[in-house]
Amino acid sequence: MDFIHFFFIAALLFIIGVGGVILNRTNIVVVLMSLELALLSVSLNFIVFSVCLGDLMGQIFAIFILIIAACESSIGLAIILVYFRVRGSIRIDQASLLKS
Amino acid sequence: MYLNIVFLPLLGSLVAGFFGRFLGGRGAGLVTISCISLSFFLSGLAFYEVGLGGSSTYLYLMPWLESDSFHVDWAFCFDSLTVVMLIVVTFISTLVHLYSIEYMGGDPHLPRFMSYLSLFTFFMLILVTADNFVQMFVGWEGVGLCSYLLINFWFTRIQANKAAIKAMLVNRVGDFGLALGIFGIFICFGAVDYATVFALAPQLSSFSLTFFNIEFGALNLIGILLFVGAVGKSAQLGLHTWLPDAMEGPTPVSALIHAATMVTAGVFLLARCSPLLEYCPKALIVISIVGGMTAFFAATTALVQNDLKRVIAYSTCSQLGYMVFACGLSNYSVAVFHLGNHAFFKALLFLGAGSVIHAVGDEQDMRKMGGLRRLLPFTYAMMVIGSLALMGMPFLTGFYSKDVILEIGYATYSNASHFAYWLGSFAAFCTAFYSIRLLALCFLAEPNGSRALLLSASEGGWPMGLVLGILAIPSMFIGYLGRDLFIGLGTDFWGNALFCMPSNLSLVDAEFMSTDIKIFPLLCSIIGGGASFILYKRYNYNLFLMKTSFLGRRFYTFLNRKWFFDKIYNEVVTQKLLDFGYHFTYKSIDRGLIESLGPFGISNVLMDQVNKSRAWHSGYLYHYLVILGWSNFLFGICFVFGFKFSRILALLAFIVLWSIL
Repeated sequence: MDFIHFFFIAALLFIIGVGGVILNRTNIVVVLMSLELALLSVSLNFIVFSVCLGDLMGQIFAIFILIIAACESSIGLAIILVYFRVRGSIRIDQASLLKS
Repeated sequence: MYLNIVFLPLLGSLVAGFFGRFLGGRGAGLVTISCISLSFFLSGLAFYEVGLGGSSTYLYLMPWLESDSFHVDWAFCFDSLTVVMLIVVTFISTLVHLYSIEYMGGDPHLPRFMSYLSLFTFFMLILVTADNFVQMFVGWEGVGLCSYLLINFWFTRIQANKAAIKAMLVNRVGDFGLALGIFGIFICFGAVDYATVFALAPQLSSFSLTFFNIEFGALNLIGILLFVGAVGKSAQLGLHTWLPDAMEGPTPVSALIHAATMVTAGVFLLARCSPLLEYCPKALIVISIVGGMTAFFAATTALVQNDLKRVIAYSTCSQLGYMVFACGLSNYSVAVFHLGNHAFFKALLFLGAGSVIHAVGDEQDMRKMGGLRRLLPFTYAMMVIGSLALMGMPFLTGFYSKDVILEIGYATYSNASHFAYWLGSFAAFCTAFYSIRLLALCFLAEPNGSRALLLSASEGGWPMGLVLGILAIPSMFIGYLGRDLFIGLGTDFWGNALFCMPSNLSLVDAEFMSTDIKIFPLLCSIIGGGASFILYKRYNYNLFLMKTSFLGRRFYTFLNRKWFFDKIYNEVVTQKLLDFGYHFTYKSIDRGLIESLGPFGISNVLMDQVNKSRAWHSGYLYHYLVILGWSNFLFGICFVFGFKFSRILALLAFIVLWSIL
């Protein structure tokens, strides 16, 4: 089996995820989604490597990552919710109070 | 006794200075006068013992500086040269003290004045009695300091302040040369005491020194540097500008500084260094040329000065030129003889001028005097004696020394001496001219002053009259009396104090010159005096026409403005130096280069960088993420290419450059 395509797809997904985080200037939910995408790509990478190397450790890690990602997105969404209550907007380019 | 000569004036000065407010003006005057007259009396005894008895005295007090081979003592050496100076200085100083009691009687700061006068005398005595160059330098600087204090005595007057600063600074230029000369002496001889230096001088005539990267004959260089010192102190051409300005001080100060003490220090130095100077032929040539030019310059300038004291000041300058010129021709004894004689009649002239100024309400401009002959007959007589002595009229004091100097100038077979001789002869003409002019304008002319002043004009009190009377006696007779002792053929008065190489000896040649040549300077004087008398008595209007003609006015302005020396110095030297100091060394170097590379530069760069770094902290999430991404990327590059030190360094340099830009 030619694993290289899977790696490419994982790397592509990761780059798209990071790019989404960096390039997105308005919507913080999209940032969260991009982060999820990056985590997804990572766990996909783990699974592919696990199959490729014939080692289960990768799949265990993937399960952990799923759990961590769920926790992270729930906490993140909670923070966004609280932030929205305070500010009335969740635009990233308006969240620059911590300027120098 | 010998120490008392030197230290009594110091005692008087300290008592008058510290306890003057308890003693009052008269009390302070009494203390200083008694101290100084005792010192004069003891100087007389010293003159008898050392000069006439021929027993030089050397007193050792204590060591001063000792460092390896450098050795300076506090010690006093009294030889015939010293005692002659002692007599002159203490005599004039005593009379000036006495005179000041009357002249400065109304001044509230009389104790301070008397204290300064005594201190001045003390430093002058230190100068003449020192047995080494360093101790001599103490006196040298001391008289400079006291001249500052005395010229600046009326310290509320801005002109006095400026004149005092000028005197101090111009003297300092010469002092710098003298200090260099002393350094040179130490380098060559390894000692600074007279005995060693003068004993070794013949051995070092082939020695050479490197100065400003040029190799000079050591003795010639030292001689010229010492002469630079003398130029400053004795107001020779080049550094003479302080002397006329020093007239801002009270008149007794002028009499003390410019007759007997300060300006003679330069001539004394040359005479003292005679065993050294005899081995520097080139320095001697320079000395005689500068001396001759000074005599000429000052005499011509004095012709048209209108300030009474300034005329006498320039005449001092001119006579000092004669003395220096005599030193340059190796006739130190003649120079010292003229120094002594000059001290008497110049003090007489200055104090007489002071008497005149005192009488006409502190007016110094001769054009506003006139007709004082009947009002101040005694002062007039004294001034006539002083002026005739200054002109070198036969059988008065000046005749015996001044004409000898000019004879020597002719008799010495060298270009420099003949140059100086002709200038000196012309200066003799000018001397007579301005002396008679002074008398004519002050005493003989029609009264030009205000009526009130003339009505109240009267002779000063007995101290002033007494002093003038006492001074008139040596002004008439000391030349005749002292001639054989000081410069007589084969006199052994000087002993080892003065030295003249046999090949430089020209006194004998001068003695046997033809009478025509000998009488020539005297003719110059008589013609000058007569011309002046007739012009100012009879042809005043023609003088006025001459003065206001086109060429005449140019010439008059040229001389009256002192050959534009002050103008040139101020505009070319002083102003340029001040500009340089402000615009270059202060603004460009101190405030510019050093500060922009130093504290201000560093702090500015730092603040710039800090501001740039702060701009990174924009508060936007995506900016932070970009930085995160970039740093991850760079870290990855490092990881991929391995942690090679040089690459990381290059990378860091790249980052730093990128951040600065």
